[in-house]
Amino acid sequence: MSARARLWIFLVGAAGFAVLFAAACIDLPAFGTVPHPYGVRAVRAALSHHTSNVIASVNFDLRAFDTLGEETILFSAVLGTVVLLRQARDEHRKDPEPAVVHPRVRRFALLTLACALLVGLYVIAHGQISPGGGFQGGVVAATALHLLYIAADYRALERVRPLTLYEIGEAAGEAAYVITGLAAVLAGSAFLANVLPFGTLAALSSGGTVPVLNAAVGLEVTSGIVVLLARFLDQAVEIEEPGEDDGGPWDSGDSGGNGDEQRERA
Amino acid sequence: MTVLPYPVAGWIFLIGVYGLVTSRNLIHAVGCLAVTQSSTYVLLLAVGYRDGGTAPVFADAPTDSRVVDPVVQALALTDIVVGATVTALLLALVVQLRKRHGTVDPDALSELKG
Amino acid sequence: MDTARLLPLVVAVPLLGAAVLVATGRRLPRLVSDIVGCAFAAATAALALLVLFRAGHPGPGTYPVEWVGGWRRVGIVLVGDPLGAGLAALVSLLVVTVLVYSWRYFEEPPRRHTGSFPALILVFQAGMCGFALTGDLFNAFVFFELMGVVAYALTGFRVEEPKPLQGALAFGVVNSLGGYATLLGITLLYARTGELGFAQIGRRLDADGPDGLVLAAFVLVTTGLLVKAAAVPFHFWLPDAHAVAPTPVCMLLSGVMVELGVYGVARVYWTVFSGPGGLSHPDVTRALLVLGVLTTLLGAAMCWRQRHLKRLLAFSTVAHTGLFLIGVAVLTPEGISGTALYVLGHAGVKAALFACVGVLLDRYATVDEHELFARARELPEVGVLFAVGGLALSGLPPFASGLGKAAAEEAAGHTAGWLPALYVLVSAVTGGAVLRAGLRIFAGVGRRPGKEEGGPETTGEEEPETGGRLGRIPVPLLAVPAALLAASLALGVIPAVASAVGRAGALFTDTGGYRRTVLDGHAAAAPAHLPPHWQLTGILLGLLSAALAIALATLAVRRPVHTGAAALFAPVRRLQSGHIGDYVAWLVAGAALLTVLTVPGIR
Repeated sequence: MSARARLWIFLVGAAGFAVLFAAACIDLPAFGTVPHPYGVRAVRAALSHHTSNVIASVNFDLRAFDTLGEETILFSAVLGTVVLLRQARDEHRKDPEPAVVHPRVRRFALLTLACALLVGLYVIAHGQISPGGGFQGGVVAATALHLLYIAADYRALERVRPLTLYEIGEAAGEAAYVITGLAAVLAGSAFLANVLPFGTLAALSSGGTVPVLNAAVGLEVTSGIVVLLARFLDQAVEIEEPGEDDGGPWDSGDSGGNGDEQRERA
Repeated sequence: MTVLPYPVAGWIFLIGVYGLVTSRNLIHAVGCLAVTQSSTYVLLLAVGYRDGGTAPVFADAPTDSRVVDPVVQALALTDIVVGATVTALLLALVVQLRKRHGTVDPDALSELKG
Repeated sequence: MDTARLLPLVVAVPLLGAAVLVATGRRLPRLVSDIVGCAFAAATAALALLVLFRAGHPGPGTYPVEWVGGWRRVGIVLVGDPLGAGLAALVSLLVVTVLVYSWRYFEEPPRRHTGSFPALILVFQAGMCGFALTGDLFNAFVFFELMGVVAYALTGFRVEEPKPLQGALAFGVVNSLGGYATLLGITLLYARTGELGFAQIGRRLDADGPDGLVLAAFVLVTTGLLVKAAAVPFHFWLPDAHAVAPTPVCMLLSGVMVELGVYGVARVYWTVFSGPGGLSHPDVTRALLVLGVLTTLLGAAMCWRQRHLKRLLAFSTVAHTGLFLIGVAVLTPEGISGTALYVLGHAGVKAALFACVGVLLDRYATVDEHELFARARELPEVGVLFAVGGLALSGLPPFASGLGKAAAEEAAGHTAGWLPALYVLVSAVTGGAVLRAGLRIFAGVGRRPGKEEGGPETTGEEEPETGGRLGRIPVPLLAVPAALLAASLALGVIPAVASAVGRAGALFTDTGGYRRTVLDGHAAAAPAHLPPHWQLTGILLGLLSAALAIALATLAVRRPVHTGAAALFAPVRRLQSGHIGDYVAWLVAGAALLTVLTVPGIR
């Protein structure tokens, strides 16, 4: 179809969509006055379980099943990316070049790395009482690690990033979530029921299973993002396209693996 | 009072789709998909707002304070995770596509037809 | 244990299996990881069947309802009504057969990632089961996205080739966009009702009359589900994705995932929008019927024109989804139960056909009907399976696909007298296309097809998915399609199946009963219903469409292709351009079309 025809089809559809959405907006309650029966029940439920961050309570207690699905989406996206960005049969891998980094950049990046890692872990641990949680903290912690790429070079990053360990960590996070849910069933309750003592409101140990599930998600997200970024960075830094061969031997070109063997040997 | 914040979501959705339709670069297209998705964040959070409401965190607020709807915020969080992961997966596909087709222009992809 | 307690486990067990496989997959040999995958999938299937048998017990018509986490009315509810539980069981059983099939299929899994393929399949299973069982709209969206994410990755699994990547990308973009439209609709419903459960939203909606907001919510939610269901004009992604995905994945995509989209439309309509606050029945019937008829006609026509076997089967799935949509559109219990049985039979048949094509692909490194001409004479077993599959696809009694077609076309006939003719025509054309390909490939009947047309088309050279070309055909590759066809036959002849499906359809369409069961805990007795059963008209129409299919196939291989017809179809085929921008534009236009069709529903 020509670009013009495509645009016309879109414009006709968009006009219909615009009318439809406008009609919906007119019938919506005025901004700020929407009734929230579920929201009110959620606040009550969160407080009854001594979880001061109601959003964490919704995510890890009331609608913990949603979060299981959400965590699994991340889990399978990482798994999918690992599969899709594997080293293809006709590609080969070269060693990353060492990089020269200005000492000032290095010092600053290392300092930021420590701070960011600490913040990430803090955000994971305090999910049940203050804004944050496993997802947010996990992303901060995982990206913090990658400051090493700036502070030193890709080889330094690879040394602190044994991918096998992170892949296991990711699976362990997923499994821990499911097992916490199953434990409640074994305890005679519903799946993912909050069976632990609730503690005192706004204390670090409050919320029953909320901090446990939060930690499981934190582990999964941290490990998952590390693996995910590693696959993309490998594509940029290490894996050479077929035909880009500079005459070197096809060291692992026929293995079809991720070349992790070489890395682990190194 | 007003309903104006809601149409913003519709607008974002449509410009994202417009970008997808006219895109000449698949990375740009994946970005447009993310734009489209942000319309859902806007609508969710707009729906959850309550006049005079504060964040639904009671760590240092009295338990009877007026808060905005926590449910939509949790849904938005789920939505963000979904969006980020879908983007990652699609970008992985684009990376491989670039290697196999030598292009990221959707007009140049012609393996599947009819 | 209480049956209701088992419901979340149907989702949790495969996820646990996937986590185990990912954690250990790097160390385990291929065989062990395959066995672990199969074991978890089979355990899930056992759980789903247990739920189904306890829920499908005739007598006081109650079914299990479980609030996850024990949060009654605050959390997420899972509902094991016979139709939902039945779909979960179907999904799980198909997953087990697919894992058995792929046991010898991928000879070379990605090195050091032996566990990744079964792990992805297990997550896919969890997503589909969760979608079938959930009673919560947002949770349905989460599982919708989960199914999607896994399916995109599985579709692009063979990264060494260009085609899978393109198909997977179109699939991913279009489906995600549909998902976001659904989420906009969910948010609109939340703004109106402040609830997320199907039953709660429905009750709140019924407090007021329908207005623009309800219409918009219906259109947006349905758009996403119809994208999954590949209804015209949302269908473009399906042939592109199905043609390129690994064969075991095609079996799942075509066999159950697409049908789950139709299920989603029906579920959301009957639980949320069917009351006085929803949309009026005639308007919903009109909207779904128009889309269904367009889908089935386009799918059948495109199916007939294909020479790439997987694309041919993919378009036949589009055509059948159109028929399923028509069965849902008539909005009667009989339509639902007939369609449910049709889906059951179709899943087995379509998966078996894909399994046969997989054998051809791995032996001859092509799935092109013209190139394969007479080459597979040496595989008579596969040929017989393929032919039986083609006949079952055309609705031959006593296959379940035949009984389902008979029941659905009778239900549709009550709404419009010409609909049964459409069922017969579409079944004959799609079955005929399969038989035509079978006659050429396995029997070498007729003239060798030459290069005759210059229109747009996809030929079928593909890389085999096994390490090299297959010499001897491994047993699972033959046993799986045979078992699937046998199951489809058995489901059609065992009367208990039909009566259970009839009861499931009656409970499914009992909106008040569903809401009472979920929210108030009252047992809903199954309303009076007539289960699908063999009737003389149904048998005759089934035989007619099978005979027509044979006639069409014979005619096609004996007579040269009419170039006039090819030229006539070229503009339609050109629409299937492989261009993501086109597909997205059609999606938006489809949402507008759905709006126009439904708009008189607002008083």
